[in-house]
Amino acid sequence: MSEQVSASAPPQMVNVQINGVWHEFPKGTRVIEACEKAGSYVPRYCYHKKLSSPGNCRMCLIEMGLPKMGPDRKPELGADGKPVINWMPRPQISCAQDVSEGMGIRTDSPLAQECRKGVMEFLLINHPLDCPICDQAGECRLQEFSVEYGRADSRFLENKVKKPKNIELGPRVTLDDERCILCSRCIRFCQEVAQDDVLGFVDRGSHSVLTAHPGKRLENNYSLNTVDICPVGALTSSDFRFQMRVWFLKETKSFCTSCATGCNTVIGTREDVIYRQTPRENDAVNSSWMCDYGRLNFNYLQSEKRLLEPEILSGDKLVPSDWNTAIAHAAAQLKHFSGWEIAIIASGRMTNEELWLTRQLATTLGVDLIDIVPRTGPGDDILLSVDRNPNTNGARLLGVTSYPGARLREIVDGVASGRIRGLVALGEDAADIGLTPAQLAGLPAFVVLNLLANNSTAAATALLPSFGFAEKRGSMINGKGRLQRLNRAVRGPGQARDDWEILRDLIQAYSGRNGIYSIEDVFRQMSESVPALAGLSLSKIGDLGVQVLEIEQSPAPLWELESEKAAR
Amino acid sequence: MAITVSRPKLNFRERLYLPAILSGMAITMRHFKNMLFGRTKVTMQYPEEKWDSHMPEHYRGAPALVRDDTGRVRCVACQLCEFICPPRAIKIIPGEFPAGDKFAKVEKFPHEFDIDMIRCIYCGLCEEVCPEQAIYLRKDYAITGFTRADMVHNKEKLLEIGGVMHGVVLKWNEKK
Amino acid sequence: MDYAFIFSSLIKIAALLAVVLGIMNYAVYAERRISALIQDRLGPNRVGPAGLFQPIADAAKFLLKEDFTPAHVNTFYYWLAPCLAMIPAITTLAVVPFGSSLFGVPMVIADINVGVLFVFAIASLGVYGIVIAGWSSNSKYPFLGGVRSSSQMISYELSLGLAVIPVFLLVGQLRLTEVVRYQIENGWLIAPFVGDWGNLQKWLLAIPMMISFVVFTIAIFAETNRLPFDLPEAETELVGGYHTEYGSMKFGLFFLGEYVAMITGSAIIVTLFLGGWHFPGVPDGSHGWGWGLLNIFIFFSKIAGLLFVFIWVRWTLPRFRYDQLMRLGWVFFFEIALVNIFIAAIIIAYLPSK
Repeated sequence: MSEQVSASAPPQMVNVQINGVWHEFPKGTRVIEACEKAGSYVPRYCYHKKLSSPGNCRMCLIEMGLPKMGPDRKPELGADGKPVINWMPRPQISCAQDVSEGMGIRTDSPLAQECRKGVMEFLLINHPLDCPICDQAGECRLQEFSVEYGRADSRFLENKVKKPKNIELGPRVTLDDERCILCSRCIRFCQEVAQDDVLGFVDRGSHSVLTAHPGKRLENNYSLNTVDICPVGALTSSDFRFQMRVWFLKETKSFCTSCATGCNTVIGTREDVIYRQTPRENDAVNSSWMCDYGRLNFNYLQSEKRLLEPEILSGDKLVPSDWNTAIAHAAAQLKHFSGWEIAIIASGRMTNEELWLTRQLATTLGVDLIDIVPRTGPGDDILLSVDRNPNTNGARLLGVTSYPGARLREIVDGVASGRIRGLVALGEDAADIGLTPAQLAGLPAFVVLNLLANNSTAAATALLPSFGFAEKRGSMINGKGRLQRLNRAVRGPGQARDDWEILRDLIQAYSGRNGIYSIEDVFRQMSESVPALAGLSLSKIGDLGVQVLEIEQSPAPLWELESEKAAR
Repeated sequence: MAITVSRPKLNFRERLYLPAILSGMAITMRHFKNMLFGRTKVTMQYPEEKWDSHMPEHYRGAPALVRDDTGRVRCVACQLCEFICPPRAIKIIPGEFPAGDKFAKVEKFPHEFDIDMIRCIYCGLCEEVCPEQAIYLRKDYAITGFTRADMVHNKEKLLEIGGVMHGVVLKWNEKK
Repeated sequence: MDYAFIFSSLIKIAALLAVVLGIMNYAVYAERRISALIQDRLGPNRVGPAGLFQPIADAAKFLLKEDFTPAHVNTFYYWLAPCLAMIPAITTLAVVPFGSSLFGVPMVIADINVGVLFVFAIASLGVYGIVIAGWSSNSKYPFLGGVRSSSQMISYELSLGLAVIPVFLLVGQLRLTEVVRYQIENGWLIAPFVGDWGNLQKWLLAIPMMISFVVFTIAIFAETNRLPFDLPEAETELVGGYHTEYGSMKFGLFFLGEYVAMITGSAIIVTLFLGGWHFPGVPDGSHGWGWGLLNIFIFFSKIAGLLFVFIWVRWTLPRFRYDQLMRLGWVFFFEIALVNIFIAAIIIAYLPSK
């Protein structure tokens, strides 16, 4: 959002005094944001910078003042030449107020501290003390602010109010109403971002509870974002519930590879097991959100069907082998044929580095027939793209395809007619494009590189197990032309290897050493040959990615929504 | 700062060393005699004689899980002990009480709770960190086994050592 | 060939080996128990009554451990060294008379006329075991241990040799049975309470004999690498010294070799200075086989007493510094032993023996 603001005309600046120091902020900045930028974080529950401000939690109370006006309606100036501030006798909420010229703010005054302490005590009156079983514990705002701003003991002697617990609010979200502090973030998210207004508060006073509208469930494809923004443990993910305490999770910055949007994520892992994926703020891609489909689409990395060791065809069945043998075997098989007898099925799920190496492999083998398998699904107006391949743009840029899927027909026909005798399937199921098991079994050379067993792996003559998105490093270009980076969150299973290593070894089996020893080497050679990537490296991509392609596409409606909100 | 220690000046008798050697040998002979005739006794014969009855209240032996008066395993699998454990001896796999269970209100329980007693250093941090008064260091100290697997105390073993703890806060009580 | 001689010799060898190896095992046990008592502990008391089967358990442990040869050693010498440590120590016993006679058979395996020279010749081979162990281990601590041991043993062998010269000046023979016979007739060399009480030479000679005894005993301590002379091992400085790289039974041979050397050393001390198998008032084996057995028992009892002193000293005294060790050997014992020879020679030459 800040990027959009700075992109428009230079904003008008206003002078604001925060904790005795004068700062300059663009007009329209919220007081709570101004304080944060000035280095005085103001605690908040209901305020979320990507949502509207209802001002109902009262946690962000501060002491505020406006310039004292002289008889001439101009601010009176003090000895330091700055306006004299008339402090208001009562605290104000900082989340629903914009900064104005000459405004004074005190975030740590005795009044503000006392107010926060009081608010904390009220919030904790009915909050159960079940942190030991609460999944939010460890990343709970209530815990954190209670330590920082609350009091150490409770003065509440009465019985706590009973509320519904452990309710399935939707297929993926579980609600505990006793823990809810009625901040309404989830309600606003559903209204404003997910466009699915199903949540609301019912009843009054201490008995007020969050609930779904009668007959409705929180089942939209963005429901798990409410879990992320819930400052307490009221909304928890049914998938992650009780699986792992958050303080054990190693957090790796990555992005979602389930569609062309490429929402930025944090992968939470412990001891090589992925427990959850949460969105990471990137205003150029996904704001602060991601869809449930992409978020939960990581379990296949831990599936039973993972290929764990290289296998080669010996006699009439696949036998486990070691890598040197398998690579040599695959290379020797393809050597029997000239380029026009071989076809390569690449994948839009491969990283740029892998696609570039695939292109090199095709050149080495003299193969012309190469394409990726298109993959589409229903999109929505928020984040989910119709193109479910995360790197179609990369495949186009690196010359692996011109129009995804255009040449698949040719491959199928070639195999059927017997012209194609060597087939390389990289990360895709050859059965998906219409090749029958009999046709595949009849191929003299069928090299398969994949991470999961599928319908065609049994017909392979060389089976090379590879890594999934969370197990490797690499880059992809999303639907809007932004180059983003995958980081390794977990180690690959069994003897599976990084795709780029397998492809490099295959190329080296023909052409000898090529100076590629690391993924950085691949990227360097690729950036030297692809102008759009010139001057970049994996480290220069950064956590938020780099725009490398201009894609003619209307911005996703999410931005319209957000810019509307900003204008409001 | 360097300190120079002046060497003592030895007289002739001392320089002979023989008196010193002989008196040293006399000392060791005295110890030998006294020990031989049972006049000194400092070593406790461990398996036959034990300190069990003298064990102080705060003795830190094997960590164990306890049940409360209602028979519930007090642990709710918050995994704080797993987190605090310096040698990472504790491994917990949480489970969820099915709806309708007697203790469904507690929601969470340890499906598996393993303490590797080869790793355990008896520091007592698990007891200190436990928010549920569920893990205590008991007075058992002779933890032995023939295999590494023997030395891993599973939930059943831990509950067997722990037994029932009376007089603890019953915060999951329905009335609360 | 005299088959009876060969047969009796074989029996004597077997019996002596059995007894010495038994004593050796129980010397280890005694070392552990006595050291424990000195340190106000109890020591091994679990295996069998009062821990008496402990040596068996120890032996079983040594034998069952993995016999491991490190990759970086010189294998042939690495294997040779433990044998060299053990064999000379046992061989020396061949010339020591361990009893009077039994059924008319003298209780000495080889009564050769150069007995004491044989002892020195063979015993000095013991240093090769240690030096070769230190060198072949191809590792720095064993190497240092080996170097230390070679210089230490050579230094103290001088005093060892010089210290016994007065004995042979007096006895006039190198045969050890003759030394024992002389002591039976004239009383033990350090305590000549038998024979002619009015003989001045005999009483004066007790002084150089006492000096010889002390120097010889201390030199034996050094030769057997016992504290306070255990610099080749010096576990606080050199990890394990020359046997750092050894394990299992090969280490066991070094370890037990030290005890056999102690027994051998004690046997020689007993023979040279303490009257051998003789005890005042006990007749020799020609008066019946019971007396013969008693003589053997007396001999080994004296050895046991000396072993106790060995152990007692070990658990009392701290280790020497290396320069102190060398100074002691070359500046004191060497000179003392040398002067002692002259004193003994003068007494023998200028004082009437009758």
